[in-house]
Parts: sequence; structure tokens; C-alpha cells
Amino acid sequence: MAEQVSPSRQAAAAARPNLFQRWLERKREAAEGTDYLTSLPKRFVYVYLPVLLFLFILLFPFYWMGLTSIKPDTELIDLETHNPWWVVNPTLAHFNRLLFETDYPSWMWNTMLVAVSATFLSIVASVMAAYAIVRIRYSGSNWVGGLIFLAYLVPPSILFIPLAIIVFDYGLFDSPLALILTYPTILIPFSTWLLMGYFKSIPYELEECALIDGASRLQILVKIVLPLSIPGIISAGIFAFTLCWNEFIYALTFISSSENKTVPVAVLSELIDGDIYHWGALMAGALLGSVPVALVYSFFVEHYVSSMTGAVKE
Amino acid sequence: MATIAEREEVAAPAAWHWTRVRNNRNFLGFWFMLPAAAFLLLFLTYPLGLGIWLSFTDTRIGRDGVFIGLENFVWLADDPVFWLSVFNTFLYTIVASVIKFALGFYLAILLNNHMPFKAFIRAIVLLPFIVPTVLSAIAFWWIYDTQFSIISWSLTKLGLITENINFLGEPNNARASVIFANIWRGIPFVAITLLAGLQTIPASLYEAATIDGASRWQMFRHITYPMLTPIIAVVMTFSVLFTFTDFQLIYAMTRGGPINATHLMATLSFQRAILGGNLGEGAAISTAMIPFLLGAIMFSWFGLQKRKWQQGEADD
Repeated sequence: MAEQVSPSRQAAAAARPNLFQRWLERKREAAEGTDYLTSLPKRFVYVYLPVLLFLFILLFPFYWMGLTSIKPDTELIDLETHNPWWVVNPTLAHFNRLLFETDYPSWMWNTMLVAVSATFLSIVASVMAAYAIVRIRYSGSNWVGGLIFLAYLVPPSILFIPLAIIVFDYGLFDSPLALILTYPTILIPFSTWLLMGYFKSIPYELEECALIDGASRLQILVKIVLPLSIPGIISAGIFAFTLCWNEFIYALTFISSSENKTVPVAVLSELIDGDIYHWGALMAGALLGSVPVALVYSFFVEHYVSSMTGAVKE
Repeated sequence: MATIAEREEVAAPAAWHWTRVRNNRNFLGFWFMLPAAAFLLLFLTYPLGLGIWLSFTDTRIGRDGVFIGLENFVWLADDPVFWLSVFNTFLYTIVASVIKFALGFYLAILLNNHMPFKAFIRAIVLLPFIVPTVLSAIAFWWIYDTQFSIISWSLTKLGLITENINFLGEPNNARASVIFANIWRGIPFVAITLLAGLQTIPASLYEAATIDGASRWQMFRHITYPMLTPIIAVVMTFSVLFTFTDFQLIYAMTRGGPINATHLMATLSFQRAILGGNLGEGAAISTAMIPFLLGAIMFSWFGLQKRKWQQGEADD
């Protein structure tokens, strides 16, 4: 802070009463590393301007989604009288139509049910598997760890055809259970891999103490390892939840009746009748469908980022 | 004491064997692994094998197939649409991955600077990655509309074009449009993961280089890039893998059209297997994707090994 530096510095600052320069001085002192070597105009051109450009392109589709969803139909198809970049008479008609004239609430409910159940099942299975691989270290656990990583790399788009046959044979076709049971194959490899990293960081001595005191492995897992790895479990859960919400190909293949569909599939197939695209309702549907994940994400940004980067780094 | 006496009694010969078994690592490991293994074997390993088997049969929806050897593959080898989809897949993967990497890396370096609202900017940069792909693809579909596209409107008002751009109706435009949407969705993932890597590089390296008079480019080339190589290998493997097997973006925006110009192998296999009912043929297209996936997996594996070696960790 300028007030706390040596008197000579203070005198120098007083000699230049330019507030902007003093602000700059403080910024320079606050900055780490070698950043102070570049001047502000230069930083503006080389850093801020490109960042703003990136932000504009990355956020524009969301702006457009939001704007379209509150534009009345007349403004949507009339590009001459009004500037399409803005809305003159905002309306909630599209949301109204979506919520009260379509099955949208039940699509939301389906997606939420599937996402929460699949995430819960996956996290339970992953916690147990990761603990066994990292700490019980049964023979061959290294191999199993490697295989789980490989499973992470098997994409749904080469599995959906045989899975459709299996789902049909098990009598799960067109039921949310088909999705609840198949989504964990996408989630378990990822969360196991992530949790293995977390479990490795827990001091082994804690478990030894518990073992000596006569705790069983399950007690150790529930009473010692789990409380210590809550951040890791939240990270894996958040990431798994957003993956479920994003999943498309299984939901498209295994579900056929309108009321059982998930939001991404339903918005694409149910909101379009024939050649008429109700753009307002489509955008409102896309916007509402993004809200749950965006909310979860905004509450747990740090967890989300750490799970995404952790999965790559581990 | 009574408790000790009791314990000794419990641990006496009859129970001894059971305690030993219960504490046996392999026995415990089996029960802990069971839920995850059940899911993965039933819904991942088995379908993977079944898919390869299906590609050698003529199964249709509602009818079990018989083994027909390589007939599906021979049929596909003569099918120009299949080869077009292979070409599209490679074009889509290569162009999108290269640009995603270049722009994502650039964005990561930009975000590694000090700036106002840094945490907030980093949080909203990830939004395209968070929002379900199909929903953002629908937004792009609307942005690319033939009549009401905001891009066409703006460019017309700026006087750059005289008639609307037919984004999704003309083969090469459609390819460029879907690739752009894919890049838009992929940049945040590359940028944020590389940013996490950038933050682990010690600042002292850059300070030393600055004192030695290194230029910004030299610092990038001789410090940033080598320090990040392992994480780049992994991030790009994931990026390439998910781009290669992409389905939702294409399905939402073009369904493979116009005249199959944007069909990827995944969308073609969906069309042949689920919409057309030829499960065997669709499975053959999926199976044809496996060799490439194996290549990507090998690449990632060696990327991981190199990282461990660089950190001086033992391979485990």
C-alpha cells in the first residue's frame, strides 16, 4: 500500500498527484512475478482485449438464447423494424407455453431423477472401488486401476447399439431405469480415478491406528476416509451430475415415449412440429434446461474445476 | 480383564479361520470392488464384446442375426457414404482439435495474467462446457438459421455481404459451422485444464529467463511448452477422443445433412442401426472406430508415463 512504504516513496507519489499513476503503482506492487514489466496500454492490447473477445464469443450464444426466449414471435421474424440485438416488448409467453402446454416439467423431473440416482449409485460404487484399489491393495489392484482408466476412454457412441439390445432384453426399454443403470458406466471410471487420487493423499497412519483399535475396513472407510475426502466426493458428484445432464445418445436410443424423455432429447424432438420451429419456446427450453447445471456449477465452481483438472492430472 | 478374556474366547479356534478370511486382502477387495465391477462388466465390457460380435452378423431390430463373417465390412468398403463419413470424421477431428488446442492454450496463457475479476472470468469461461451440448447446439442452430441468422443480419448491415449466408444448407458451410460449434464448446476444457498446468510452473523460471534477457516467445518455447508437454498430451487425447466420437452436436444441428456432408461415423451408425434397423451394419461402423480409439489410448498412456518419469515418481 502506498501509505505504508518508505517516506521517500511517499514523497515521490506526492510529487505526482496523478491518481491514475498512483493506482498503477499500487497495482504493480500487488502483482506478482514479472508482470510489472509491461505497461498498462500494452497489457490492454495483449491481455484484456483478447480476453474480452473470447468472452464475447463464448457467452454470445447464451445471450442469444436468453434474448430469443423473451422476444415475442412478431419481433423474431421481423428484422426490419427493430434491431434484433435487443428486445422491445419482452414477453414470458414462451415460458408459459413451455411450462403449461408441454410435458416440460415432467422432462425436467425425469432428468433430475436419472441424474441424481445415477450419480448416487456411481459415487457409492466408486468410493468402494477406489478405496479397495488404493488401500486394500488386493492382488492385481494395479491392473484393475489401469483397466478402469481404459474404461474411461470407451465412448458411449460405440456402445449404444449393443446396449440397446441388452436394455431391450432386460425389459428396461423406455424406462428411466435403463438410464439410471447405464449412466454409471460413464461416471464410475471417471470418479474412481479421481477418488483414487484423493484417497492416496490421506495419511496411512490414521488407518493403521484404527486397524490397531480393532476397526473393520468398512468402519475405517465410513468413519475415517470418507469424512476426510468430502471435497473429493463433492467434486466427483458435481462432475458426474453435469455429465448425466449432458448425456444424450443413450437417452435418445433407450427412451421412446414423450413423457419419459430427458430434457436434451425432448427439447430436440418434442418442441418441433413438422417444419415449424418455435424458436422462442426452443430457446426457452434450452435456457431452462441449462439452469440446474449452471446453478450447481455456480455453487461449486472450485470443486468442479478441481475435478476436471484432477481427472486429467492424476 | 473380562473384555480381554472374552476377546480371546471369540478369537479361539472355531472363529479363527473366519477372522483370517475376513481380513484377507483379496476377499475384502472382492466385496469392495463388486458394485463397480458389476456395472462395468454388465454395461460396458459385455456390450463392447457384443458390439464387435454384432458387426459380424446381420442382426436387424426384432430379429436375431446369423454370423456372416466380414460381409458388413465388405459392404461398407463399397459404400461411398461410409467413406464420406470417415473423411468427415477425420476432417472434423483434426481441424477442430488443432484450433481448440491453439485457441485454448492462448486463452489459458491470457487467463494466467493478473486482471480484475479474475476468478469470475475463469468461472464463466467454463460455461460452454457445463451447459448440455444439445441445448447449446440448438442455440447455434438458431444462430445459423437461413432466414433469421443474427450473423447474416449483422454482416449485411455492416455491408460485408449482400445475401444471407446459407450456414447449414451448403456442404462446406455446414462443415465449417459444426466445426465452429465444436470448437466453441471445447475451448473452455482445454483452456481451464492447461491453466491448471500453467499454475504449477514455478515463477522463478520466468524470473531467471527475464534476467537472462529472454523474449516472451523464447520463454514460451523453452519454459512453458516443455513444462506442459505431459498435461498437453493427456488433455489433447481426451479432446481428440471426444471429438472423434462426437454425436450430439451433429445430430442436433444437421442430422448428418446436407447430402451427408456432416455425417460422422457415430451419426451414420445411429442412422443405419436405430433409424434404419440394421443393427449389424451400424455395429460394424462403430467397430471400425475402435482402431483409432486404441491409437489415441496408447498415445495418452505414454503421455501419462512421461509425466510420472518427469516428476520422479515410481510407476505404480
